[in-house]
Amino acid sequence: MESKPKGKLAGFFHFPQGDGLSTDEFIKGLWRENPVLVQVLGMCPTLAVTNSAINAMAMGLATLFVLVMSNILVSSLRNVIPKQVRIATYILIIATFVTVADYVIQAISLDVHKALGAFIPLIVVNCIILGRAEAFASKNGVWASFMDGLGMGVGFTYALLLLGFIREILGSGSLFGISLFADSFQDWVIMILPSGGFFALAGWLLLFNGLKLRKKQAQPEQTREEVLI
Amino acid sequence: MFKKTLHIGTSPHIIGGSSTDQIMRNVVFALLPVAAFAVYTFGLSALLLLITALASCLLTEYFLNRWIDKSSPLSDWSVTITGLLYGLTLPPHLPLWMVFVGGVIAVALGKFIFGGLGYNVFNPALVGRAFIQAAFPVAITTWMAPFLPDRFSHIPGSTLTLPFLKPVYDITSGATPLSLMKFEHHTTDTYNLLMGMTSGSTGETSALLILLGGLYLIARKMMNWRIPVALLGTVYLISTVLHWSNPDIYPGGLFMLFSGGLMLGAVFMATDMVASPITPLGATVYGIIIGIMIYVIRVWGGLPEGVMYAILFGNAVSPHIDNFIRPRVYGTGKQWSKS
Repeated sequence: MESKPKGKLAGFFHFPQGDGLSTDEFIKGLWRENPVLVQVLGMCPTLAVTNSAINAMAMGLATLFVLVMSNILVSSLRNVIPKQVRIATYILIIATFVTVADYVIQAISLDVHKALGAFIPLIVVNCIILGRAEAFASKNGVWASFMDGLGMGVGFTYALLLLGFIREILGSGSLFGISLFADSFQDWVIMILPSGGFFALAGWLLLFNGLKLRKKQAQPEQTREEVLI
Repeated sequence: MFKKTLHIGTSPHIIGGSSTDQIMRNVVFALLPVAAFAVYTFGLSALLLLITALASCLLTEYFLNRWIDKSSPLSDWSVTITGLLYGLTLPPHLPLWMVFVGGVIAVALGKFIFGGLGYNVFNPALVGRAFIQAAFPVAITTWMAPFLPDRFSHIPGSTLTLPFLKPVYDITSGATPLSLMKFEHHTTDTYNLLMGMTSGSTGETSALLILLGGLYLIARKMMNWRIPVALLGTVYLISTVLHWSNPDIYPGGLFMLFSGGLMLGAVFMATDMVASPITPLGATVYGIIIGIMIYVIRVWGGLPEGVMYAILFGNAVSPHIDNFIRPRVYGTGKQWSKS
């Protein structure tokens, strides 16, 4: 996480030290700093649209796209954006890409667009995106920001998919709209309802926290703090 | 009276003498006639249902406590009550796998997550039932006719449904007095309601046996009598007054008292010692709030029966009741304590 405030365009094509590919910036979003399962951010789309796997995937991919693009743009403009109006500028940049994503989803599948409803425009105020812009992209190079956005986006998408899998399989006996069991399957209506989102999320959080705890106990004293982050 | 050794400790200094497992055991005794009558009314399916409900709750409690290394979790009988009560609130021919799922939810989500006995915010049995109600709304509102002639020789097909499959109903279905009232405006005879000659959840049909169990517990001072009295009184009062104002729309007081799960809920569920207020005045207020909620849901709500949600609502407000209604600390002023 080094910033180089030398000139206006310094660091634009700056590759950080280390392995030169910023794989760590990518990996941290998958597991260590996963936006949903560790940071517990962006709960509104997480709980609202994961009632089927296809909705979860559409939401995840749309957010991934907006996250990556806004991270790139915010990072490349980070030395020209005045500090006083930075949040407004970030929102403007994010809103641009959300509009793009909105129209793309509409063009690909109107059904998914209808199912997601107001939650596509609401990506603008998704705290993960604004959080990454403020906390990472505005302080790091374009490449590192791209990797960070990609990692966070993939982490968000797979967390949503995990929820969507559970809720769709139990709630409608299907996956991506394909019926898994015959007609005799008893739907668990609660999993489609909003409360099912809470149950599924709680279950995954329990599992992931349990795994982290086990990892923490297995590791020596020195590196414990890192795991806890 | 006085022991020779001097004990130094914090209050309370006078201890009632009855322990947790003693009280819990007596509640189980009070529930046994209700369970026996349920088995007599609905036959083998009710028996299997009660066994499954008990087994799921006991097993969940046992394994969860083993997992966190807590010793002898079953000896205080509290989870036996949870299992029994949970089974008694379900329709008699509910598929056994749904019963099992709800039992696990009841103990794991209703009790264990909050820290076990003494810490549960809601009545665990009702948490399990609420989950089943939300997850399988059709199965839990399908009722079995009582006193079927082949009830001890034939197990209903729906009871033995394989896990995750839809139940198939192959026996005569019944309608509860409350749904008859709500959807067909047909009032059931009070004598039949009192004796349990009607359809309904496994253990809710016989108001008389539930009342006897409650009286036994009250006589042994193992239950706060204010809660059922306030609750039943509120429901009776509201329904009598409204029935008097317009008998065509509002059912009578006695019908409201003896129908549905009101008796079972008022006597055995609302009185959950952990999830109800402590002070006498608080218990009365709690009973009145639940009574009003039951009446509102039953008469103006979409569901025919609202005892479960009303009690869960009462559980949710009971910490606030405790917070607002505090006993005056001895020696301080008579003003209400400001929290």
